[in-house]
Amino acid sequence: MISQLDVPTVRRRRSRRPAWEEPPSPAGQAAKGTLLVLLVAAVLVPMWAVLVTSLSSRETIDAAGGMVMVPRGIDPSAYVTIFSGGRITQAVWISTLVTVLGTTLSLALTVLAAYGLSRRGSVGHRGLLFFFLLTFLIFPGLVPSYLVVTGLGLKDSIWSLILPSAVSVFNLVVIRAFFMNVPGELLDSARIDGAGEFQILWRIMLPLSRAVIAVIGLFYAVGYWNAYFNAVLYLDDNDKFPIQRVLQSYILAGQSPNVSGTPVNLPGMTAYPPTLAVKMAVVVVTVVPAVIVYPFVQRHFTKGMITGAVKG
Amino acid sequence: MSTQGAAGVVDTPAVAPAAPPGRTRGRPRRTLRARLVRDWPLLAMAAPAAALLLVFHYLPTLGNVIAFQDYNPFVGDDPLDAFLHSEWIGFGNFEALFSDPLFWDAVRNTLTITAFQLVFFFPLPILLAILLNSLVSGRVRGLVQSVVYLPHFCSWVLVVTFFVQMLGGAGLLAQEMRQAGLEPWNIMTNPDGFIVLVTAEAVWKDLGWGAIVFLAALAAIDPNLYEAAAADGAGRWRRLWHITLPGLRPVIVLLLIMRLGDALSVGFEQFILQRDAVGRDAAEVLDTFVYYQAITTQQWGLGAAAGLFKAVVGLVLILTANRVAHRLGEQGVYSRS
Repeated sequence: MISQLDVPTVRRRRSRRPAWEEPPSPAGQAAKGTLLVLLVAAVLVPMWAVLVTSLSSRETIDAAGGMVMVPRGIDPSAYVTIFSGGRITQAVWISTLVTVLGTTLSLALTVLAAYGLSRRGSVGHRGLLFFFLLTFLIFPGLVPSYLVVTGLGLKDSIWSLILPSAVSVFNLVVIRAFFMNVPGELLDSARIDGAGEFQILWRIMLPLSRAVIAVIGLFYAVGYWNAYFNAVLYLDDNDKFPIQRVLQSYILAGQSPNVSGTPVNLPGMTAYPPTLAVKMAVVVVTVVPAVIVYPFVQRHFTKGMITGAVKG
Repeated sequence: MSTQGAAGVVDTPAVAPAAPPGRTRGRPRRTLRARLVRDWPLLAMAAPAAALLLVFHYLPTLGNVIAFQDYNPFVGDDPLDAFLHSEWIGFGNFEALFSDPLFWDAVRNTLTITAFQLVFFFPLPILLAILLNSLVSGRVRGLVQSVVYLPHFCSWVLVVTFFVQMLGGAGLLAQEMRQAGLEPWNIMTNPDGFIVLVTAEAVWKDLGWGAIVFLAALAAIDPNLYEAAAADGAGRWRRLWHITLPGLRPVIVLLLIMRLGDALSVGFEQFILQRDAVGRDAAEVLDTFVYYQAITTQQWGLGAAAGLFKAVVGLVLILTANRVAHRLGEQGVYSRS
């Protein structure tokens, strides 16, 4: 059942309404349409408002009394401000570094372990699998985790944002399920040709599972880019703050001044509160990476999600 | 792959393990040594990930024993040394914890939010999936899907920011109301409406994403069932009730169990981001309690006790819910084996 679940979402209903189905009532159609429009608007309106405001001049913002919905000319000065060095440029670099390093490490570890656990009957297979899966039921608390990470000297190191969350067993189970579906004959023939396990993984498994690895890679990357709480826990040094931490202190801290830690001041901007356009530009910069990558892997979501949700 | 096999988290090993490849009939079972020689690359591949889990998952899990200590980081050179030299105080931390009214406030808030979201959030992705599934036009459906999945990829910081900019005191809504001559109200700092606010945020972020798994389950329902029911005179709503919902039931039960096991977690970042805006009374949940009452004040033993309490309750909840599901003839999260 499960393997048939990843039906291409778009094509399935291409055919017309089946003959036995009663024609839709106009009222029902209208209600459905309204609901869908509202749903889409609920997502797109905030994003639109933020984007337009970030590109608006001070006059346009003043005229609108705050958030701008209707663009009047494009003024990129907010982006010039945040990318001309200083805290936000720095934070974008840190977040990019953490995301690239973290995703690479996570994918490598996860793929290797998924392959290592994909052969039933290998030495220690059951015990090792149990070791990985038990993490679904048993959680370490916040305090001991904090003590371990700080005890390893990772406080104020960007590795504290990477290592504790580097292996997601959930993702591992998804990739492993995929590997296990690869026909055994393929592996046997490779083995007869003298391929070792590493070669089989590299030459056969990886090319066959590019799609699922792309999705898992996106999940990891988004996780690293979006991580906020670890940065609250483990980082005290303003210079190492990732973008989410800066965004929080920059925008939300004005609303709630005591949120965990000191507000970040932008060098050269401390005299003035940041303009709304600059704030919104930071929001855009924080959203954009996820939005850019997303369309490339979207069509594989169902596959990744289902195997994962049902398996794990 | 059947649901039976797939629904088991703990991958049930085959009853009789298949003979390892290359093993010839009649020969005695390979020695451990021979199997090690054959399989060491697999072990080596799993080792780095296992090592990380050992250090960052299992070591802290064991570290929970400081819940029974008056743990003091300053009696040793490093946490391990401090642990060895800290005083054991039995259930002292638990007594302090359970007599702390703030702790029970946090537990109550957490459970209230869980219950509220179970009623007002949990069913929504199911409804959305049914709605999307009923669309005849594939193009509309694909378009709506692409849009509603998107917020899942926003961090909590972003979600809260969007809500502040839309509904907050200086947000779009307040701005429009002011221009219309109305008195704007600030939803973002109102403790009474906080539970609705956090649920709305959660819905905004994960409604579409949550629908994916139900969409897949809907696609797996045999269309012939619908046709046969229609031929027998079942209308739209009867088909929904007698075919669609039973088809979704295994997935619904699975997700319910997982949600129940997580009853004491309602998300961390969402609350820590907004706790100070609406105040502790409404927004302190168990996780933020641990953060503020243990980590920022360095009451390590107390925090560990709260964490251990949460982990044990969670484990009991998930095992119980799963047992009940089995009694009711459902698959549950893992199979009996």
